[in-house]
Amino acid sequence: MGTKVKLKVWRGDGGAGDLVDYEVEANEGEVVLDVLHRLQATQAGDLAVRWNCKAGKCGSCSVEINGMPRLACMTRMSLFEPEETITVTPMRAFPVIRDLVTDVTFNYEKARQVPSFTPDPAIGLGEFRMQQVDVERSQEFRKCIECFLCQNVCHVIRDHEENMPAYAGPRFLMRIAELEMHPADTADRAKAAQDEFGLGLCNITKCCTEVCPENIHITDNALIPLKERVVSRKYDPLVWLGSKIPRRR
Amino acid sequence: MADIERLPYDVVVIGAGGSGLRAAIEARLAGKRTAVISKSLFGKAHTVMAEGGCAAAMGNVNPNDNWMVHFRDTMRGGKFLNTWRMAELHAKEAPDRVWELEAWGALFDRTKDGKISQRNFGGHEYPRLAHVGDRTGLEMIRTLQQKVVALQQEDGREYGDPEAMIKVFAETTITRLIKDGDAIAGAFGYIRESGQFVLFEAPAVVLATGGIGKTFKVTSNSWEYTGDGHALALLAGAKLMNMEFVQFHPTHMVWPLSVRGLLVTESVRGDGGVLRNSEGKRFMFGYVPDVFRAQYAETEEEADRWYSDPDHNRRPPELLPRDEVARANNAEVKAGRGSPHGGVFLDIASRLPADEILRRLPSMYHQFKELADVDITKEPMEVGPAQHYVMGGVEVDPDSGESCVPGLFAAGEVSGGMHGSNRLGGNSLSDLLVFGRRAGMGAAEYVDALGDKRPVAGDGDVAAAQAEALAPFERAVGENPYTVHSELQQTMSDLVGIIRKEAEIKTALSELEKLRERTVVVRAEGGPAYNPGWHLALDLRNIVLIAECVARAALERQESRGGHTRDDYPAMSPEWRKVNLMCSLASDENGQRIVVSKQPMLPMREDLLELFDRGELKKYLTEEELPPEAAAAGLPATGQPAAQAAAQQPPAREETH
Repeated sequence: MGTKVKLKVWRGDGGAGDLVDYEVEANEGEVVLDVLHRLQATQAGDLAVRWNCKAGKCGSCSVEINGMPRLACMTRMSLFEPEETITVTPMRAFPVIRDLVTDVTFNYEKARQVPSFTPDPAIGLGEFRMQQVDVERSQEFRKCIECFLCQNVCHVIRDHEENMPAYAGPRFLMRIAELEMHPADTADRAKAAQDEFGLGLCNITKCCTEVCPENIHITDNALIPLKERVVSRKYDPLVWLGSKIPRRR
Repeated sequence: MADIERLPYDVVVIGAGGSGLRAAIEARLAGKRTAVISKSLFGKAHTVMAEGGCAAAMGNVNPNDNWMVHFRDTMRGGKFLNTWRMAELHAKEAPDRVWELEAWGALFDRTKDGKISQRNFGGHEYPRLAHVGDRTGLEMIRTLQQKVVALQQEDGREYGDPEAMIKVFAETTITRLIKDGDAIAGAFGYIRESGQFVLFEAPAVVLATGGIGKTFKVTSNSWEYTGDGHALALLAGAKLMNMEFVQFHPTHMVWPLSVRGLLVTESVRGDGGVLRNSEGKRFMFGYVPDVFRAQYAETEEEADRWYSDPDHNRRPPELLPRDEVARANNAEVKAGRGSPHGGVFLDIASRLPADEILRRLPSMYHQFKELADVDITKEPMEVGPAQHYVMGGVEVDPDSGESCVPGLFAAGEVSGGMHGSNRLGGNSLSDLLVFGRRAGMGAAEYVDALGDKRPVAGDGDVAAAQAEALAPFERAVGENPYTVHSELQQTMSDLVGIIRKEAEIKTALSELEKLRERTVVVRAEGGPAYNPGWHLALDLRNIVLIAECVARAALERQESRGGHTRDDYPAMSPEWRKVNLMCSLASDENGQRIVVSKQPMLPMREDLLELFDRGELKKYLTEEELPPEAAAAGLPATGQPAAQAAAQQPPAREETH
């Protein structure tokens, strides 16, 4: 069978908790989630770990491994030195429910604030015509598995809880960019991105892009272009002038 | 029972995958207050794992496609055991359901003229699967999730509360359905985060809980797939049909062990990938069964020509229905021609340029690169069969999704009949949409018809459900649920797996009897808040019940068909085709027992029967069931006249309620 690995796992609930040491068997080719499961099955039956597909497709098992936000199911044990102690803690930006499970309600609340897809109501079923090159921009953002690692790592909220009400975070700013670039969406979303969802707070440090398990170019392809649209709307002198001239009825 | 939260609703949908969300949307659109119970977080359901696509005869890539061709393919794939009315509704309504997703914001891959692109898949005569690379399920679940949110935004504007009409209960599990007399009165369960017990008081419940994968050891299914809906239905008095039919999808990762069972999409083969054994031979040419001989290529040259000229060549045998390919893979390994880690080779690297592989199969590239250090643009994958889907499920009325228990509906994988003995790839996502919508509609109509006379959940039943749920905590000593579960999975994989025989199934049944006794004494340590050990202890009841259904039905059916292969009865029997095997729960002095009974298949409607030529029907039906010789006279033996005529007509968009 395999070798023993040393783990430190955060155990506790919202109120209090601590890192607890364990020694667990690990086999060739395994990922951190396998080892957590073995820990559950053999030593800690009530260890709370959120997971689902174990294939990097559902985004449930987000945790921090040696301080790095990661999916436990896609983090291979071979990444670590044989003698290394692996520390697994819950995502820091969200309140802990128990052990490695956090309360991610914040994200579902933000999702509900983003105005939904708004197509032209005159287009009937099966009548949409879009070119592949045009759908590809938004398709990249729709690869998002909502693991919320980008939300967790973004320093705008990771270190400043007070920003949470005014800031949607990379995931939902990207959702706005996705709709803004959707070939069949008719709503104008740039102004709200800035005024209601806190796009201005993002100072493009690219931490979100770095932790994205789907390798989505969140900063370069979603946030920066969205900022550009805001800027051209706000500061372009012609657009500014146009907005000051009243329309004739 | 002061510590049980009571929540009144019109419709409760158990399950938040494709069929559950589609059902909930429909019930809400019909004006019903709807609760969606999600075992995981909202948007994580097993539907996200679907890769290849959603089958719908839109005819965007090949204009010859229409519902009749799709219906025919579905019946062939299911070896004619399908509930034909379901296959008919499915084929007719799937295009509208896909287009509806597009109107809700889904972004499928496109054809050159800007329509939804469609890809080839096993058993489908034409390119038929709407897709987004190899992450179609994610697109579908996200679109449905976002549609629910859109409805909540409307409700927020209208009622001041976005959850006034449709609310998602994330990380919540139902452990019992509560009845008033014969009819559904509610659903009892717990909220994972706190362990809080809840009673949803509702006259209509839609089961949309998916499958039973965690009954088997090597499975592509997630932890949620513990047969909850199947078991809830059984315990509530509904019948499960054809539970012996379990799909072993032919291609999953076999190495490293940690990811054994991780799905490798059929799109790899749809896009040109081929299967080879250790001798480098494309072995599928040797495994084309008689019933499919006319439609599949006999040489590699012809098979390869098909990708560019499908009208003048026959399909490559790698695109046979899944049951055939899974058995072939299994046989090659058994014959000693497998890959180093006990699979066969799936080769796309030598078939497509690297950039094309990356564009069409990005998740597969990612999955192999990150988890196995294999670059699929340079080397072949090692793949083998794993449990993937269950064709059997709750017997429902095809049009409304209602079971034999008033107020209990089912849709998606938990329901039975649609796919017969074997599901075609791509027919699952469309099944979820078509029958999710129908079950939502059916539930809403049922609630309307009830008026004010709503069933009431009795205190005694609710107290019993609570006591059952708390029992694992109350045992001072007891077995570890993880151990019992893992032994059960091993038993089922070893003895009621891809190839079955009488003696082994009998051994499995006696093992299951022992496991059932152990299940009722498992113990959970810790408390009720987010405690996976406790959750598994409760899920075990369902897993054991369903495992027994699969084993009992598998013992009964003495033939081989689709997802049920009997080593001791290798042939397909027309007599058995007329039989649905029904599992139900009966009580006697020894407690509750699974009973299997035979129910005759309803004869297929004449106009549907006419879509096939008599020569083909003869391979499946008994002499008495065949249409009279005269009606089929003058038809070429291998031709498909009805379908060819049908192809000339515009796609039928018959309005069904």
